[in-house]
Amino acid sequence: MKSMSKKYQSWGRFPKVSQRDNPLQWRTLPIPDIPCTVLPYGLGRSYGDVCLNNGGSILTTRSLNHFISFNTDTGILRCEAGVSLAEILDLCVPQGWFLPTTPGTKFVTIGGAIANDVHGKNHHKAGTFGRNVPQFELLRSNGERLLCSPTSNQEYYAATIGGLGLTGLIIWAEVQLKPICHRAMSTELIQFSGLEEFFEISAQSDQLYDYTVAWVDCGSQGEALGRGLFFRGNHVTEEEIPASWHVSSRTLTMPMDFPSFALNKWTVATFNWMYYHKQSSKVIKELVDYNPFFYPLDAILQWNRMYGKRGFLQYQFVVSYEDHRIIRDILQVIAASGSSSFLAVLKTFGDLKSPGMLSFPRPGVTLALDFPIKGAATFELLERLDAMVREAGGVVYPCKDARLSARNFQTHYPQWNEFSKYIDPRFSSSFWRRVTRT
Amino acid sequence: MRKVLIIGATSAIAQETAKIYAQQQDALFLVGRDAEKLEVIAADLKVRGASKIDYTSLDLNKCERHQDMLQQADSYLEGIDVVLIAYGTLDDQKECEQEYSKTKRSLHTNFLSVVSLLTLLANMMEPQNYGCIAVITSVAGVRGRQSNYVYGAAKGALSIFLQGLRNRLQPANISVLDVKPGFVDTPMTAEFKKGALWAKPEDIAKGIYKGIEKRKDVVYLPWFWWPIMTIISYIPEPIFKRMKL
Repeated sequence: MKSMSKKYQSWGRFPKVSQRDNPLQWRTLPIPDIPCTVLPYGLGRSYGDVCLNNGGSILTTRSLNHFISFNTDTGILRCEAGVSLAEILDLCVPQGWFLPTTPGTKFVTIGGAIANDVHGKNHHKAGTFGRNVPQFELLRSNGERLLCSPTSNQEYYAATIGGLGLTGLIIWAEVQLKPICHRAMSTELIQFSGLEEFFEISAQSDQLYDYTVAWVDCGSQGEALGRGLFFRGNHVTEEEIPASWHVSSRTLTMPMDFPSFALNKWTVATFNWMYYHKQSSKVIKELVDYNPFFYPLDAILQWNRMYGKRGFLQYQFVVSYEDHRIIRDILQVIAASGSSSFLAVLKTFGDLKSPGMLSFPRPGVTLALDFPIKGAATFELLERLDAMVREAGGVVYPCKDARLSARNFQTHYPQWNEFSKYIDPRFSSSFWRRVTRT
Repeated sequence: MRKVLIIGATSAIAQETAKIYAQQQDALFLVGRDAEKLEVIAADLKVRGASKIDYTSLDLNKCERHQDMLQQADSYLEGIDVVLIAYGTLDDQKECEQEYSKTKRSLHTNFLSVVSLLTLLANMMEPQNYGCIAVITSVAGVRGRQSNYVYGAAKGALSIFLQGLRNRLQPANISVLDVKPGFVDTPMTAEFKKGALWAKPEDIAKGIYKGIEKRKDVVYLPWFWWPIMTIISYIPEPIFKRMKL
């Protein structure tokens, strides 16, 4: 099929690249024979360039969105790789099943969730997404179809989970869903005054709650440094099922790009201050629907436009528990730099190991930040953070990255060389070329 | 539970419409050219909730086989409540201008073969005194334009045929729905540059479903094609013939 070169960007809107688009229609067909490198592309929700292939082609998988089978006794769902988490939830929640783990947006495909080995608020209980994928089929450019599982083509199973779409095209996958008795979540929202308190609440909550995460007010300094709101919740139990339940399906669409001055340190600091003080009591308990609990931002379609045309950079890293003081130092550096992050998210990872060779999550503490791009200063700040993370033995999350240096990536992921053996010779990405540049 | 027959079931719009019925546990019978693709779709619809689903593969240009196919569908579903005819080909206008055989083929696929199906279906359904026949035509059939008048002529003729059929089946309580989509982002239009007027197949499917439920006669999808095409059809011919459309 012919296709023109078009301009593309990922969710962070940086970088902007030029690439062809080859839509895939049927799982029975081979990888199209085109004279350039290819990269599978689902819904484009990766923030940086792991889903981009400048100068090459992307294989858009959105039409590979067929379910294949659903065993309602075991909760194993088999579907094509372009099925989104939203479509799975629509199908499974009414039948009493839920995703084993989910990232903060449901607008990602199964293929993307495996390729980035995404994690969620229940990492401490369920591990990464890939841990809950019993098997999948991988189509290689030579036409080979590999059934990958912990017992079949183990190397490709390990390389493809968290393999950033480079090992071939995931055609279909199985997901082990978990039973729930209702769509409501029993939740608590707790104000914490600093990082010490965060770690206390976190340690206690990780025992009692399936889902835990915290938002940190990045604008606060001194005494208030590291203050924030701690979210924790469980699916409701049989006893807690509400008598009636209203589901709102209302969404808003961000109508335009915000001008670049709209998000500055004053507006972000004001937002953060207001968000922190939105509750007058220290703890709020309530039953909420799973949608606002897991996907608060999905209610605003195209929220990335808030950051304007220049886009934004996400930065997520994990450091071991012992090195968690680095979190305080990093928050200090950010506060002192004058750039403030809107959505600073803090979470402790558990020690359930991912099967993925190149997976990001590991035991420790993870912090995710986002910065509207304000020219070179933003990049310089992140390079400073790179050095601090590297020193603490931490690693940065490829799925959100658009600028990490090759040297840093290779230090974070020394297994990258071993991983390279499993890359399909016709597959490549802007990200991979950047981080393996010599 | 409705009994739904979908002819041209592998098209993107048909697939999305079938999902809406499957989610409501309706019974479905699919017809298309490629058995392998039909199997993929049938499995998907089964998971989505279809109470019963089967398919048969057939080159719909072979009109002599229509009768058998419809009988097979009718006996599997034990009667037909809703039929959606969703196939068509968007042939290259320039090639059709050069070669009558290509024009003839386009007219056969997009018009005559559908007429064959409609003739049989009308006679099958007329005695049952209920039901709906929905057919996807196109806004291209509203007025002939140099860029695609062969396709437009087939779809326009089909719209007139449907108008007459609707008139005939009115006493038999059978609604005949003419679905006129504008630009839809599907494999059929993969080569086109997409703009603001382009719609997604799932939105078209919702419109088809609503049109069938409300027993509408004609629906433009999305709705804004109705004012657009109304204006286009009122442009005086001496001006229209000079326009590049």
